[in-house]
Amino acid sequence: MAKVELRDLSILFGGFKAVDRVNLTVNDGEFVVYLGPSGCGKTTTLRAIAGLQGTTSGDILFDGTRVNDLAPSARNIAMVFQFVSLYPNLTIAENIVFPLKARGVAKADIARKLDWVTGIFKLGDDLRRHPSALPPGARQKVALARAVIRDPAVLLLDEPLSAIDEQFREEMRWELGHLQRELGVTTIYVTHDQREAMSLADRIVLMNQSRIVQVAEPARLFHEPASVFAAQFIGSPSMNLIDLVPVAGGLRLGDSPVVLTDSELPPGLRAHGPVRLGIRPRDLRLVSGPGHALAVDDTYSVGRERFFTFRIGEAILQGTDHRNASGPGNITLAPEGMNFFDAATGQRLGERITA
Amino acid sequence: MMEKPLQPRSTGRLMILGFLSPTLIILLFMVAYPIFSLVYYSFFNFSALRPAEGMKWAGLSNYGYLLSDSALWDRFVFTGKFVFLCVSAQMIIGIFVGYQLQKAFRGRDVLFTALMLPMMLSPVVAGFLWRYMLNSEWGVVNFILTLFGGDKVDWLGRADAALWAAAMVDTWMWTPFIVLLATAAFRGIPDTIYEAAEVDGASPAYVFFRLTLPMSAPVLFIALILRLIDSFKQYDLFVALTGGGPGSATETVSFAVAKTAFRFFYTGEASALAVILLCIIMGLAMILVRHLSSMGGRN
Repeated sequence: MAKVELRDLSILFGGFKAVDRVNLTVNDGEFVVYLGPSGCGKTTTLRAIAGLQGTTSGDILFDGTRVNDLAPSARNIAMVFQFVSLYPNLTIAENIVFPLKARGVAKADIARKLDWVTGIFKLGDDLRRHPSALPPGARQKVALARAVIRDPAVLLLDEPLSAIDEQFREEMRWELGHLQRELGVTTIYVTHDQREAMSLADRIVLMNQSRIVQVAEPARLFHEPASVFAAQFIGSPSMNLIDLVPVAGGLRLGDSPVVLTDSELPPGLRAHGPVRLGIRPRDLRLVSGPGHALAVDDTYSVGRERFFTFRIGEAILQGTDHRNASGPGNITLAPEGMNFFDAATGQRLGERITA
Repeated sequence: MMEKPLQPRSTGRLMILGFLSPTLIILLFMVAYPIFSLVYYSFFNFSALRPAEGMKWAGLSNYGYLLSDSALWDRFVFTGKFVFLCVSAQMIIGIFVGYQLQKAFRGRDVLFTALMLPMMLSPVVAGFLWRYMLNSEWGVVNFILTLFGGDKVDWLGRADAALWAAAMVDTWMWTPFIVLLATAAFRGIPDTIYEAAEVDGASPAYVFFRLTLPMSAPVLFIALILRLIDSFKQYDLFVALTGGGPGSATETVSFAVAKTAFRFFYTGEASALAVILLCIIMGLAMILVRHLSSMGGRN
């Protein structure tokens, strides 16, 4: 087990900054998930931690010791890759014990450890088969078994579930979370799937364009996105964003007649300058009771949830339909669901807004 | 409305046969006829030089004579030694060089192209080239040897030295072929395999023997089959390099076939020897190919 620290880590590919001054501390035993769109630098960061990718500047520390110049094999890490990384010429058992054999561990120890991981992953029936005989999901299970068999200080996972069928992915996700808590191994996981991130992480590191956008617990990331990017990237359907226009007595939602009065807004917001409102569909409701009268464009259902859309100028906003029947309705905005962002920088404006 | 199948199956087969028939007919004339006539002639006492004497039925006597001839047995022993020496040298050096060429370095592509050059030469050209270089009096090989304080070696004048010289020239010529195929095989292994092995703490040697080599085995095995067969029937290199000498010490089986057929014009006997050679090579190939298909099932 180890604590992993990244200090001012930058990685350049020619002139392109793949990772730009990243700072992060992953605590001992913590499950941290790197989340972000493709090309944001999350996999590059992970590969740098593994030692498969050189760094341009900054430090990587394991338990306070700088490891930048250590070979991957000297870092006591284990890694699971996105695509095939099982050794096709070896059986499942030979694959799993490969890290131990390569390091010359005693035969009796190898046998004991193989028994142990085989039990955890229920791989007993497949040990003598070759990887090509297994479905992709089972292969990743083997890759995971190979990763944990030698008690790594840090477990690195690079989109391990993205090549697996949807149905099996859920199961693997659950097992992975369970296993990590049981082993208590420091885990860094890279994904572009927010559901994986939300369900697995102790903390999520949200990256965009080579930089960290926000580091937060899943719930906090969802409820208090640090920027417009975080707000839109997390949550499905994604958060509605609309510019607020200053009018007498409050701020108006775009071109709509809806005005948020000063009493509904955090103090100091009006003085701040251009502001954008972010509100999730679940907090933007169509109700039978009192509210703002706005023309509804469309309604649709996803399972038991009913949604509706309406327009403000060019923007299409989504909300949830809370009416009992399909009668006339009014729109309400849940005050606790309102997020305010600086319209120029995209940064979140806190409870106390200073200009 | 249901769509009707485009063609009934039998018409399809007939059509396939129709398309294939020109090639099949050519193949029949080019391959089947010569083999058939070869086997046919091997049962006769017959000389292509004196067709007027006609063909006398000889039954299996050509085969009987050849198989009891101890001089012929020497040809097989020599061929075996030659095949073993040059194929093992080619495989080992070729795999090593191919592996080294995996690493990126300046001028790799130029070096790679240069390495391929010997393979492009005709064996006769290579043979004459080396015949001059190996000349005991003024050849460059002996010149270099004496520079380093060695004694001159009569490369082509002594039976044992001539075997080594021939094996060396064949290795010089055909190692690039192994390099080429080994490089192709090694490049087929995805990088993530190596990255996973690196993270798993495997040393380069362990990775090479445990992963790289077994994963490339099918391709390397094909290379081995091709080299075995090819060197087994080596003929033209010896014509140019040693002329079969000293004496008949460096005559391969193929050399003996050619000599019997075109110097002595014992066409029937030469045919019988060619049939024996063919059977050995086919048997060898069949064993190896069977081994190869069992290998393919696993990877």
